Amino acid sequence: MSWVVRNLWLIPVLPALAAGLSAVAKQRQRNFAASLAIGSMGGAFVLSVCALWHAISLSGHAGVVREVVNFQWLQYGSEPLKLGWMLDPLTAVMLGMISFVGLLIFIYSAGYMADDENFTRFFCFLSLFAAAMLGVVIANSLLLLFMCWELVGLTSYLLIGFWYQRPAAAAAAKKAFITTRIGDLAFLIGIVWLYSQAGTLLFYDHGAGCMEQTALMHLVAQSAWLGVSASTGIALLIFAGAVGKSGQVPLHVWLPDAMEGPTPVSALIHAATMVAAGVFLVARVYPLMSAHAGGESALSATTALQVVTWIGAITAVFAALIAVAQDDIKRILAYSTVSQLGYMMMGLGVGGVAVGMFHLITHAFFKALLFLGAGSVIHGCHGEQDIRRMGGLKRFMPITFATYAIGMLALCGFPLFSGFWSKDAILHAAQEWSISRVPFYFGAFGALLTAFYMTRQVCYVFFGEDARDARLQQHAPHESPTIMTMPLVILATCAILLGVIGTPAWPWFDSFLNALPTTVNGSRFFEGGVLLVMLTSSLVVFAGLGLGWWLYGRERIVMGSADVLEDMQPQLFKILRNKFYVDELYQATFLRWNAWLSRVSDWFDRWIWSGAVRAVSYVVLGLSWVARSADTYVVNPGFDEGCEAVRDGGRAFSRLQDGLTQNYLRLVGVAFAVLVIFLLWDGGR
Amino acid sequence: MSALLSPISCLTAVPLIGAVAVLALATKNGKLARGLAFASTFVSLIVVMVLWHGFNPASGGLQFEEVHEWIPALGVQYHVGIDGLGLLMLLLSAIVTPMAIAASGQIRENVPLYVSLMLMLQAGLFGTFTALNFFHWFLFWELSLIPAFFLIRLWGGPQRAAASTQFFLYTMVGSVALLLAFLAIFLCTGTFDLMSLGEMARNGQLLPSFATELGWQRFTTEKAALLLCLGVFLGLAIKVPLFPFHTWLPAAYAEAPTGTTMLLTGTMSKMGVYGFLRILLPIFYVQLRVMRTSLLWLAVATIVLSAYAAFAQKDLKRILAYSSINHLGYCMLGIFSILKFTGDDPVLANEKAAALNGVLLQIFNHGLTAATLFWFVALLEKRSGGLRGLNDFGGLRKVIPVFSGLMGIALFSSLGLPGLNGFVGEFLIFKGTFPLAAWPASVSVLGLLMTAVFILTILQRVFSGPLNERWLGMPDLSKGEMLALSPAIALMFVLGVYPQLVLGVLNNTAVQMVRQLRF
Amino acid sequence: MTPLTSCLLLSALLFSIGLAGALVRRNAILVLIGIELMLNAANLNFIAFWRYGSHAEALTGVMFVIFSIGVAAAEAAVGLALIISLYRHTRTTDVDKLNSMRG
Repeated sequence: MSWVVRNLWLIPVLPALAAGLSAVAKQRQRNFAASLAIGSMGGAFVLSVCALWHAISLSGHAGVVREVVNFQWLQYGSEPLKLGWMLDPLTAVMLGMISFVGLLIFIYSAGYMADDENFTRFFCFLSLFAAAMLGVVIANSLLLLFMCWELVGLTSYLLIGFWYQRPAAAAAAKKAFITTRIGDLAFLIGIVWLYSQAGTLLFYDHGAGCMEQTALMHLVAQSAWLGVSASTGIALLIFAGAVGKSGQVPLHVWLPDAMEGPTPVSALIHAATMVAAGVFLVARVYPLMSAHAGGESALSATTALQVVTWIGAITAVFAALIAVAQDDIKRILAYSTVSQLGYMMMGLGVGGVAVGMFHLITHAFFKALLFLGAGSVIHGCHGEQDIRRMGGLKRFMPITFATYAIGMLALCGFPLFSGFWSKDAILHAAQEWSISRVPFYFGAFGALLTAFYMTRQVCYVFFGEDARDARLQQHAPHESPTIMTMPLVILATCAILLGVIGTPAWPWFDSFLNALPTTVNGSRFFEGGVLLVMLTSSLVVFAGLGLGWWLYGRERIVMGSADVLEDMQPQLFKILRNKFYVDELYQATFLRWNAWLSRVSDWFDRWIWSGAVRAVSYVVLGLSWVARSADTYVVNPGFDEGCEAVRDGGRAFSRLQDGLTQNYLRLVGVAFAVLVIFLLWDGGR
Repeated sequence: MSALLSPISCLTAVPLIGAVAVLALATKNGKLARGLAFASTFVSLIVVMVLWHGFNPASGGLQFEEVHEWIPALGVQYHVGIDGLGLLMLLLSAIVTPMAIAASGQIRENVPLYVSLMLMLQAGLFGTFTALNFFHWFLFWELSLIPAFFLIRLWGGPQRAAASTQFFLYTMVGSVALLLAFLAIFLCTGTFDLMSLGEMARNGQLLPSFATELGWQRFTTEKAALLLCLGVFLGLAIKVPLFPFHTWLPAAYAEAPTGTTMLLTGTMSKMGVYGFLRILLPIFYVQLRVMRTSLLWLAVATIVLSAYAAFAQKDLKRILAYSSINHLGYCMLGIFSILKFTGDDPVLANEKAAALNGVLLQIFNHGLTAATLFWFVALLEKRSGGLRGLNDFGGLRKVIPVFSGLMGIALFSSLGLPGLNGFVGEFLIFKGTFPLAAWPASVSVLGLLMTAVFILTILQRVFSGPLNERWLGMPDLSKGEMLALSPAIALMFVLGVYPQLVLGVLNNTAVQMVRQLRF
Repeated sequence: MTPLTSCLLLSALLFSIGLAGALVRRNAILVLIGIELMLNAANLNFIAFWRYGSHAEALTGVMFVIFSIGVAAAEAAVGLALIISLYRHTRTTDVDKLNSMRG
C-alpha cells in the first residue's frame, strides 16, 4: 500500500488543524489565519494531486482499484465498530476537484473578505468546512461519511449565518441546517437499517463491506415492508439525505436562501462542495442503488434509481423555471445550481456514476467561476445584488465580464465548452433510458431555460446602461483586485478545457471511474445517436441564447421598467418570481403544523398532565377540607359539650357541699329514713 | 480491612464529612464554605479516580464488593459494590457536583448551608449508586431528595414554593409506590438484596414466592407481580422522568437556583435511569416484557412531545429542562427496546449490547452537556441580572464572542453533532434500537429534528441578529470562568472523538446485563 | 306489748328527739347534746336486745354499751374542744354561720 493511501487522512486533518488553530487565534491575527488556511488547503491540494496521480497510475487494469485503511473506533458487545478511509477513482477526482476549487476560493476570500471584522473566524469556519467535505470524500464508512456530512451541515450553518447580525442571514442559516437535517434524519434511519442488515457500515472491507456482493445479495433478498426490498428502502432513505444536501425538490428551499452568506461561501457551498456531497453520496452508494435481484434483467433500472432520475428531472426543470424570474444575481445562480444538481441526479439515475460525476466536476468549476464572478460584480458595485440596478458593467470590469461570459456559456452547454460535454452525456443517457423518455425532454427543456435565464442575467448585468442607485453613481464600478481575478482566470480556463477528459471520442473520465482501458476513437461520435443528441442540445442552447438576446439584449433595457416577460405573462411571471409559492406552502402546512403541535404539547403539559396532577391535588385538598370541617364543626364541639356537661354536673353537685354541718346531717337523716322505708317495704328479703 | 477504609464506603463518607465540616467550621464565612466544599468534592473526585484506576474493565460483574450485617431481622445488609454502570454514575456525580458548586457563584445568602446541602445531595448520589441492598439504596435515594427540596425551596426563583412542593410530593408519591412494592417483595422473599432478587427472577423463583403470600382469590400471581412491577416503575418513571409523569420537571428546573438545576439534571435524573437498569430490569423483566410495546411508545412520546414542548417555551431554563426530558427519552427507548425476547441469537444480543452501551454513554454525555448548558445559563443570568428569556437578548455574539462560541459548542453537543459527545450515544442507541423496534426508533427521529429546531432557535434569538443595545457592555467570560468551563468542553470533544475511553469500561457490564436478560 | 317492744319504742323516741335536736338547733353545743341523745338511744337498744335476747348470760350487750359510752365521752370531749376553738375564732356557736367547709 502506498504512502499516499496510508496518509490520506492528512488531507482532511490539515484544514481541520488549521481551523482549530485559528479558532484560538486572536481576531487581529488576520494574516496568520488566512495564510494558515490557504497553506493547509495547499497542502491538502498537493496530497490530493498525489492521490489522484496514484489512482491514475493504478487504473486501466481490470476492475476498479480500491485501497482501504480501516481501523477500530469503538467496541460494543463483541462487535468492533470500524471506520476507515479509502482511495478509489471516485474519491481521487473528488479530492482533486474539492481541494483545487477550494484553494482558489480560499485565495479569493482573502481578497473578498479583507474588510470584514471577523476575518479570522471566517477562515476558521472555511477550513473546517473544507475539512469536513474532504472527510466525506475519503470516508470508507457510511458512519464516518455521515459524521463528516453533519459537520458539513454545521459549517454551512456557520458560514451562511456568518453575517449573524443580519436577521435574514441568521434565519437562512437555521433554515439550511434544519432543511438538510430533515433529509439527514431519513439518512440516519437508512444507516441504522443498513447497519442492522449488513452488519457493517464499511463500504469496502475485502469482500465484507456493505457495498460488496455478499451484503448486497442479502439486502436485495430481504423484503421490508409493502413488498419493498430492504435494499430499495435503504437506498431511498439514503437518497433522502442526498435530496436535502443537494437541494433537490422538495427540500430545495434552503439553497436560494443560503445566498445570505458571503459570496465565497456561496461559491464553496454551491459549487464545489456541500451540494456536491449529495450527488457524491449517491455515487458512493451506487452499488446499493443499482442492486438487482438475480432474476431481473440487469438493464432495467431499479426502483431507487428511477426515483433518483425522476426527482432529478423534476428538479432540473422546476428550478430552471424559477430562475427565469429572479432578480438577485446570486439567487439566479442558486436556482441554476439546484437545476444543475437535478441534472447530476438524473445523470446518476439514467447513466451511472461516471455520467453524473462528470457533470459534477465540470459544474464545480464553472459554477465556482460564476459565483466568484458574481462576487466580483457585487464587490465592484459596493454590495448591490439586484441585477435590475446593474448594467453596462462590461466596460468597468473587463476581466470579470470575460470570465463570467465563459462560465455562463459553459453552464448553458455552449458547444465545446466543458458543460456541453457533460450535459450531453446526461442527455444521451436519458434518451436511451429504458423506462421513459420524459426525463430526456425535461432535460432538453431545462437546457433551453438555462440558456435563456443566463442570457437574461448577463444582459441585465453587463450590457445596457448603468442603472445603479443615484447615491452609488458617484462611485464608479471598479475591477476587483488581482487576488480575486486570478482565481477567476484559472477557473475560466478549466471551464473551457475540462471537457476534453470526457468527450465521446476520448471518454477518459468514464473509463477512469469504471476502470476501463481508454482509447481515442473519433468514430464514437457517429454511434448510437450521439451526434443527434449533440445537435439537438446545441440547437436548444442556441434557441435559448437567441430568445434571451431577442428579449433582453436587442434593445437597451430602460431603467425601472417592468421585465419583458412580466409584460407578456404577468400571472405566470408572478408565480415564477414567487418560486411557485413553495415557501409559502411549507409555511402554511408543515411549519404551521409544527408550531401547532408544539403549542399543543406545551398546552397538554400545562393543562392536561399538569392539570391531572393539579386535579389530584385539588381532590386531596378537598378531602382535607372536609376532614378539617368535621373536626371543627363535629368532633371539637362534641368534645367541648361533653366536657361542659361534666363540669356542670360537678358544679351542681358541689352545691350540696355548702359547709353547713346540719345540712349534711339532714341529708344523712333523709337518707336514713329512705333506707328504713326501703327496708320495711322490701321486707328484708 | 475495616469498613471505613474501603474505597466505596470512604467515597460516601467524604461528602457527608464535608457537609458537617462546612456547617461546623464556616457558619458565617461563605468563602471558606465554598473552599471546603470544593476540597471535599475534589477528594471525592480523587477517590473515584482511584476506583476507576482499580476497576477491571474486563469483568462485567461487581467489583469492590463489601457485605456487612446491618439489621439481620429485616434482611438489611450493608452491601455495596460497583460495576461499569455504577462507576460511570460515580464519575458523573463526582464531575457534576463541583461544576454545580462553581456555578452557584451568584448565591449570596447563607452560603454554608447551601454548599453543605449540595454535599449532602452528593452523598445521597454516591450512596444510591453503590448500594446493592434495597433498604440501603432507598435510604440514600430519599436522602438526596431532601437537600434538593430545600435547595429549591430556600434559594429558588419566584415560584419556588409551588415548584418545590410539587417536586417533593411528586417524587414522594413515586417513592411511596416504590417502597410499598418492595415491602411486598420482602414479605414474599425475605430479602432486600437486589442481587439475590435478580438471581431469583432469573431462576424463576420470584413468581412462585409471590404466589404463597400474595395469591388472593381473584388476583392471580401474574397480576400481583405486574402490580409490584408497576409500583417500582412508577417510582422510577417519575424520577427519570417518563411521559406523562414529567410535569414536575420544567417547573423544578426553572425555579431551582441554576447550580441546583445542574445537579438535578446532571445526576438526579440519572438516578431514575440507574434504577431502571439496576432494579427494575433485572427483577421484573418478565413483567416489563409484557408491556414492552406500550413502554416503547411511551418513550417515543417522551422524546417527541418534550422536544415539541421545548420549542414552545420562552424561558431558556425551561427549554433546556424539556431538552433534558427529551434526551433521557432516548435512554428509555434503548432500555425498553432491549426487553425484546431474542433467545440466544448472537446478532441481536450484540444489537442489545449496542443499545445498552449507547444508553450508558448517553447518560454520561447528557449529564455532562446538560450541566454545562445550565452553567452557561447561570453565567448569562449573572450578566443580565437574572433575565433568561428567549427574547430578552439578541446579537450577543458581538459583545461576548467567547461565551457564544463555547455555549454554541455545548448546544451542538446537545444537538448530537458528530465529533462532540452527544452523537455517539445517540447513534448507538438508534443503531441498537432499530433492529429491535424499528417503528419506535424511526418515529423518535422526529425528536432529533425538533431538538435541532429549538437549539438553533436559541442560537438565532440569543446570539444572532442585531445587538440588543441593552447588553452593549456585557462582559465576556473571564479567565477564571474559562478555566472552570474548559474541562467540560474538552471532555465533550474527547468523548466525541474517542468514546472508547468510556465505552471500554462499560461494554462488559452491558454485555453481562444483556446476557442476564436473555431468558 | 312485750318489754322489748317498749324498750325499743322508748329508744326510738329518744333517738328522734336527739335527731330533731341535732338537726334543728343552731347552737353547736345543743347539736352535740342531740347527738349524745341519739347515741344513748342506740345504747338502750343494745341493752334491750341483750336483756331480752337468747344469750343473756354472755354479757355482750353490757360490754358494747360500756365501750360506746367511753367512745361517746371521748367524742363529746373532742366535740366540745372543737366548739370552743371555733368559738374563739368566730365568736359564735351558730352552726348556720360556720360554713367554711363549703365545697
